[in-house]
Amino acid sequence: MGNTVLDVKNLLTQYYTNGGVIKAVDDVSFSIPKGQTVCLVGESGCGKSAVAMSIMGLIDGGSGGIKNGEILFEGKDLLKLKKHELRQLRGNDISMIFQEPMTSLNPVLTIGGQIMEPLMEHELISKKEAKKRALELIELVGIGRAEEIFNSYPHQLSGGMLQRIMIAIALACSPNLLIADEPTTALDVTIQAQILDLLRSLKEQRDMSMLLITHDLGVVAEVADYVIVMYAGKVIEEGPVVELFKNPKHPYTKGLLKAKPVINQRQEELYTIAGQVPNLATLTPSCYFSERCEQCMAICKEQMPKINDLDNGQRVACWLYEEVTTV
Amino acid sequence: MKGYVVKRLFYMIPTLFGASILIFFLYSLVPGNFIDADQNLTAERKAELYELHGYNEPVVIRYFIWLKNLLKGDLGYSLQFQLPVGEVIGNYIWSSFIVALASLILTWFIAILVGIVSAIRQYSIWDTFITIIVFAAMATPSFFLGLVIIKIFAVDLGWLPAGGMISTGSNFTGWEYVKDVAEHMILPVLVLTMLGIGGLTRYFRTNMLEVIKQDFMRTARAKGLKERVVIFKHGLRNALLPAITLFSFELPALFGGAIITEQIFNWPGIGAIYMQAFSVRDYPLLMGFTMFIAVLTVLSNLLADILYGIADPRVRVKK
Repeated sequence: MGNTVLDVKNLLTQYYTNGGVIKAVDDVSFSIPKGQTVCLVGESGCGKSAVAMSIMGLIDGGSGGIKNGEILFEGKDLLKLKKHELRQLRGNDISMIFQEPMTSLNPVLTIGGQIMEPLMEHELISKKEAKKRALELIELVGIGRAEEIFNSYPHQLSGGMLQRIMIAIALACSPNLLIADEPTTALDVTIQAQILDLLRSLKEQRDMSMLLITHDLGVVAEVADYVIVMYAGKVIEEGPVVELFKNPKHPYTKGLLKAKPVINQRQEELYTIAGQVPNLATLTPSCYFSERCEQCMAICKEQMPKINDLDNGQRVACWLYEEVTTV
Repeated sequence: MKGYVVKRLFYMIPTLFGASILIFFLYSLVPGNFIDADQNLTAERKAELYELHGYNEPVVIRYFIWLKNLLKGDLGYSLQFQLPVGEVIGNYIWSSFIVALASLILTWFIAILVGIVSAIRQYSIWDTFITIIVFAAMATPSFFLGLVIIKIFAVDLGWLPAGGMISTGSNFTGWEYVKDVAEHMILPVLVLTMLGIGGLTRYFRTNMLEVIKQDFMRTARAKGLKERVVIFKHGLRNALLPAITLFSFELPALFGGAIITEQIFNWPGIGAIYMQAFSVRDYPLLMGFTMFIAVLTVLSNLLADILYGIADPRVRVKK
């Protein structure tokens, strides 16, 4: 326990949609050890972001809610905290950066003001002190001309710079856990690499834990210690990054890895997993991936596989591996 | 910024020139005038008056005479009051202004608050309730609303005076006078506020709903800011930006008077005078006043653009 920063147990998060109630996160459990980076991988709509929003307690009560489970952060169950207690953790001990830096900052407030906000909110410091800290943070995330940036507005900066500013805001109060929800998706490739490098080095400097949400396996290979693959709200496979890349078990993970372009290897056409993510509102008890699975068996259509430990530290939820343990 | 304002002031010239043409010819080309409207005049007297007021000149010449006077600051001469138009406007405009200003402040204050609450509690009972009330107030014509309010507050309850600006036969001075006028103001202000509040509440609700969905609101919450700060500092400021345009349209209306409401409450405002001028065809007064409002409108537009520049860093003019 002492070494675990975040422990999510049996999390069930629902959203209310026009098509009915959907389980965006369905019985998901994982933990993040101190100083480690855990990557949450999956296609759009698989519930990755819903996990992040559940941890942050940012799900709007009108559109959904957490129905079950525990989210233990440093031993405290976030779901049992009072509203203001959770608010005091947000931006302070747990902070988050988002996918779209261009729209994630308030267009009418200065960059400096927005960096100072969490500092003023969570730490008892003067405005002058906060400004000094903000300038340091701007330098920390690798932007020069701190004074000039401090007084500028979001529309005057590029996407990459704005994402650096978002990181500065997130790091302002030295959080123990940083959640990054597709932090590089909206940026171009060279900037992506810079942002990832920055995140990785800051994480190491500050001995911070990180939950990185992405659909980009390239990103995963670069920064992750441990990988969790989600599909339709469920964890279908997880394991240490090297094992998982070297030896993927679940047909979906295999497919994802095959669908990744490899440099210096010319292919006529990139592999794609046939079909689409199922509609979460109309799921029946089965392996949710069975519709698209190339190795689908009869049982896959009838029963949902449980997630089981494999001997090399990986865990997988697939009937292909179930036999080994049950027979 | 200074250069920009000067440039904009120059742009106003053609606009106002066009407005003056429209205003003058619309009123001048209508058959009949103040002199024709008076049936007690003999033909001789009529001819004399025509000569005196220059109605015998061709209409185009009359336009240029009018324009020349305008440029000198002379809005014309009211036939009905036998006073310069500027003076007539000056006499009545402030009583309209105080009512309009009070109702403007009240309307905006309530509309912003109610709009925000309706937006953050969208589809709640409160939101539905407010929506019904607001539409009901909007849908009620001012003459009806005014009469109902007079019936309730002035006649049945007897709390407030039914009309006028000061108590009949009174000669209060100082604070007594202010208090008397304030009492007479309450009902007209109430009616104007009820009429104006509907649209504005919906407008702020829509703006706020738009802003609430924005990513930066989520960021603000993720920073652990208090909900109050999230809504008012991050939300409201963005929701108010588009309202600047609307606000600038309200400014000329402050001086425009409320024709029907002033009539009902027998309020000696410019709206009532305007209506009266129509019935006796006092066209010089109408032209002068309309031109005055045109100038105010153009100035308000400039003001809106300047305010935008101050409020929204994205449109701030580069130095």
